[in-house]
Amino acid sequence: MKKIILFNIFYFSFCTVTVKSAEKGGMPQLDPEFWVSQIFWLTITFGTLFLVLSKFILPRISKNLEQRRLQILENIETAEKQREQSEKNLKEFDEIILKSKNKAKEIMLAAREKVVSEITKKKIKLDEDLNSEIQNVEKEIIELKLSSPKKINLIASNITNEVIKRLIGTDVNESSVSALVEQELKKLSRSTNGI
Amino acid sequence: MAANPMYQFNVYRIGPEIKIGEIDLSFTNASLFMVISSLAILIIFNLGAQKKNIIPDKIQLLSELSYTFVSKMISDTAGSKAKPYFSFIFSLFMFVLFCNMFGMIPYSFTVTSHIIVTFVLAAFIFIGVTIIGFIKHGFGYLKLFVPSGVPAVLLPLIVVIEIISYLSRPISLSVRLFANMMAGHTMMKVFGGFVVSLGIVGGWLPLSFSVALTGLEILVAFLQAYVFAILTCIYLNDALNLHH
Repeated sequence: MKKIILFNIFYFSFCTVTVKSAEKGGMPQLDPEFWVSQIFWLTITFGTLFLVLSKFILPRISKNLEQRRLQILENIETAEKQREQSEKNLKEFDEIILKSKNKAKEIMLAAREKVVSEITKKKIKLDEDLNSEIQNVEKEIIELKLSSPKKINLIASNITNEVIKRLIGTDVNESSVSALVEQELKKLSRSTNGI
Repeated sequence: MAANPMYQFNVYRIGPEIKIGEIDLSFTNASLFMVISSLAILIIFNLGAQKKNIIPDKIQLLSELSYTFVSKMISDTAGSKAKPYFSFIFSLFMFVLFCNMFGMIPYSFTVTSHIIVTFVLAAFIFIGVTIIGFIKHGFGYLKLFVPSGVPAVLLPLIVVIEIISYLSRPISLSVRLFANMMAGHTMMKVFGGFVVSLGIVGGWLPLSFSVALTGLEILVAFLQAYVFAILTCIYLNDALNLHH
């Protein structure tokens, strides 16, 4: 009912326009000859369009979109999981590296200690060897020192003997010469001691 | 007769006359273009809906982008409550858009340049929205005509204005689309006539103007379909959410 009233309002409001432009043929839109036909075909085509779209096509598009959304969400979730896993792996890897570094340090320290201790041991042995050598040598020197006056005495008395023999031309009693030499040496040492 | 810019809007019978009693239901050129538009929509979207690739190809992308475009338009203007009416608004938008666009082909017929077609669509929307409003809010829907915060003295006047504006909705909705389509096509026809009458010497100016107008008309064809759909959403929003 309302529709018909509105139609009428429309029709009359445009009647003036129709009349004015009547000589040019007017607006075909306002010719009611095919109005009912247009309404009828509009209802059929639009109705069919609406039914087919809403029953068959739009749900499929919506399903596709939803599926894609889910797929993307799933992919993001998987990616997130994998990222976490890789972070975990990285952490483990770092830990392993840290551990191995520490171990390497320990091994190095141990090796150094071992080397140092060996070096000190060898050094001590070397010192000992050196000491004993030095003592031996010192002993020898002392022995040499102790034995040197007797030899000097002997050499001196021999030389004196020889000198006298050359000067005089005769052999002198060896014992008397050596006693003389001893006496002179004692005098000499006494005088050197005195100095 | 062909030079008459209004001639392009003539409706004529195609095929035999179909009459039921006194009522003429003959298949006309208007009916033909309604059928062509609907079939084009169905074919394109059917093709787009059949593919289920994760990365869509062109036709799938087209249908999916249209889907999300209309879906976003509805949720932006009418909220989530309007979801059940998605199919209707989608069909409406696509129907008007395709009718407008098919009208841009030379020597074709623009279905939406006929007031009776746009008016039937608008009246259907108006009646449907009113029914939805009364179903959702009962007589509370009449509160739509009583804006809050209006002084009591002005209230009778405001209510009358609101009722008039509400009742004029189908008229404004239908006349907007019809007048835009008719004016654009008439203008293009007029400029086309100028090209012919000015001939090869002076015809270039109206011809270039005609080319520019074609671009504008394609824009208008899309824009008017969009406006038609979005106004439907706004009316639906009034009926569903009633916050005036």
